[in-house]
Amino acid sequence: MKEIVVISGKGGTGKTSLTASFAMIGGTDVVVADCDVDAADMHLLMQPDFKVSEDFYSGEVAYINQDNCTQCGLCKEVCRFDAISVHNGEYIVNPLDCEGCGYCARVCPTKAIINKDLLSGQLFISNIKTSSQMVHAQLGIGSDNSGKLVAKVKDQAKEIALKEQKDYILVDGSPGIGCPVVSSLSGANFVVLVTEPSVSGIHDLKRVYELVKKFNIKAGCIINKADINSEKQAEIKRFLVDEGIEHLTDLPYNENFTKAMTMGQTIVEYEQEELTSILKEAWEKIKQLTNKDKIEI
Amino acid sequence: MINQQPFKLTIASGKGGTGKTTLSTNLAAYLAEHEEVVLADLDVEEPNSGLFFNGTLVHEEDNHNMTPNWDESRCTLCGLCQDVCNFNAIIQLGTSILVYPKLCHSCYACSELCPENALPMESTKIGTLRDFQMGKLHYVESQLNIGEEQAVSSISKTKRYVANKYDNISIHIFDSPPGTSCPVMEATKDADYVILITEPTPFGFHDLKLAVETMQTLKKPFGVVINRDGIGDDEVANYCKAKDIEILAKIPNSRKIAELYSKGELIYPKFPEVREALDNILEHCQSIKEGRTV
Repeated sequence: MKEIVVISGKGGTGKTSLTASFAMIGGTDVVVADCDVDAADMHLLMQPDFKVSEDFYSGEVAYINQDNCTQCGLCKEVCRFDAISVHNGEYIVNPLDCEGCGYCARVCPTKAIINKDLLSGQLFISNIKTSSQMVHAQLGIGSDNSGKLVAKVKDQAKEIALKEQKDYILVDGSPGIGCPVVSSLSGANFVVLVTEPSVSGIHDLKRVYELVKKFNIKAGCIINKADINSEKQAEIKRFLVDEGIEHLTDLPYNENFTKAMTMGQTIVEYEQEELTSILKEAWEKIKQLTNKDKIEI
Repeated sequence: MINQQPFKLTIASGKGGTGKTTLSTNLAAYLAEHEEVVLADLDVEEPNSGLFFNGTLVHEEDNHNMTPNWDESRCTLCGLCQDVCNFNAIIQLGTSILVYPKLCHSCYACSELCPENALPMESTKIGTLRDFQMGKLHYVESQLNIGEEQAVSSISKTKRYVANKYDNISIHIFDSPPGTSCPVMEATKDADYVILITEPTPFGFHDLKLAVETMQTLKKPFGVVINRDGIGDDEVANYCKAKDIEILAKIPNSRKIAELYSKGELIYPKFPEVREALDNILEHCQSIKEGRTV
């Protein structure tokens, strides 16, 4: 069982549309994990049945019991997150600012503060239209610990893949380079970088690849909307050669991706022409590269 | 004389790649034709605003995180630090105390509760803040170092920097990171007004609903800008109408705009309809601002 992670650094490069297309092409070989838990969209293309749903608790939030509070103010003094304020003489925790460090509860002389478990999201396991399964999640508004939820989504996907002897876990990662991305990358066998030939696309590709390098994972790259800027396209290709990243394929600027999405479809369902054959070829390449044990540079 | 506070306008979105940076850079540059403006890029993981300007660097400083540093000579191995840490960032292993700075949330509990003062807090560089100037436009960006995971402290630091240095400039524009989790809350929580930019597609619509929920949780006044208008469907417009959410402007879907953006160029000088969209947004902001001061 191998784990393929699709990331992009920059948002809106087509990462989710492409991941969904690969899930479609891969069919029953592939367990899907949507690790973009902050703004999970892939389910919109996969017709999930939300068969299993589970609350995800992570971290704590402080709560002050006014009956025991003597208004000494120590909690407010020690809080580094300005999460405690005074309203009409009462000390109150703002749960959105509270990091759940528990410092206030520990120093409160009258034990008026308790730490409550924080419901920070929901995790789902679904049957999807590829006749396989998908693990997805929705992080609660403003929640911390998206990295932990990502790890949980991946663990569940792994469990399913092992149990059902699936060949691949296909992970839709999140944008950026921070904690959810780091969590998406851990344990990956191959990374697919999706980018576009724009100043921002290149900038973010380079940054996210720095992170991939730290994990020592081999990578391939898809240049989406490749024909909007040939100069930047060439610049990306040079970067790929310099870094030893496999250039998987180029995709043209094509509004069919959006049209397909509007119908709840992946591009490979929407059209059987150019884009679909490019993506089928790319998926074969990804599988080959993933199964190679060592990368030759 | 009453000191007029700067108007803080934050551009956010649920989904990434819907045009936050396009809108914030164009809006800031357009305003800067006539008045002083500050634009701060709070997407510290992937800051892009600076790619659209060619300004002069006027100031640079390190961004830091505070994390505990074990002083072996003072430590009595009482184990309290490990016990108080809610983030598993401190582990006692045999006769050593191991600190994992990336798990640390800088709450200071271990450091301040240590009876022997054996865990003094020390600063670690996690990124860089840069302040540029181009004519009347000041733009500030913080970039997180690769491998650092905690974006929030750099975001709040950048906001503090802008608030302190540019309190004489009447409008501060902030480019938020995407999503709805803690970095977005940090970026938007003290805004006077938030613009949610989206695209009229199923993904854009789904993530807009999350972003709206976030703004309602924060009790922030907000409006919507639809980018790539004409592509996709009417779900976003219908939703906004049903929920009584103001659509401030629409930016047309155009390959030409995508091409200009890809080169790192501003859009409004070449697209009168984009300039018109910016005018509509600014007019709306003006009315919010007047409402605020009443």
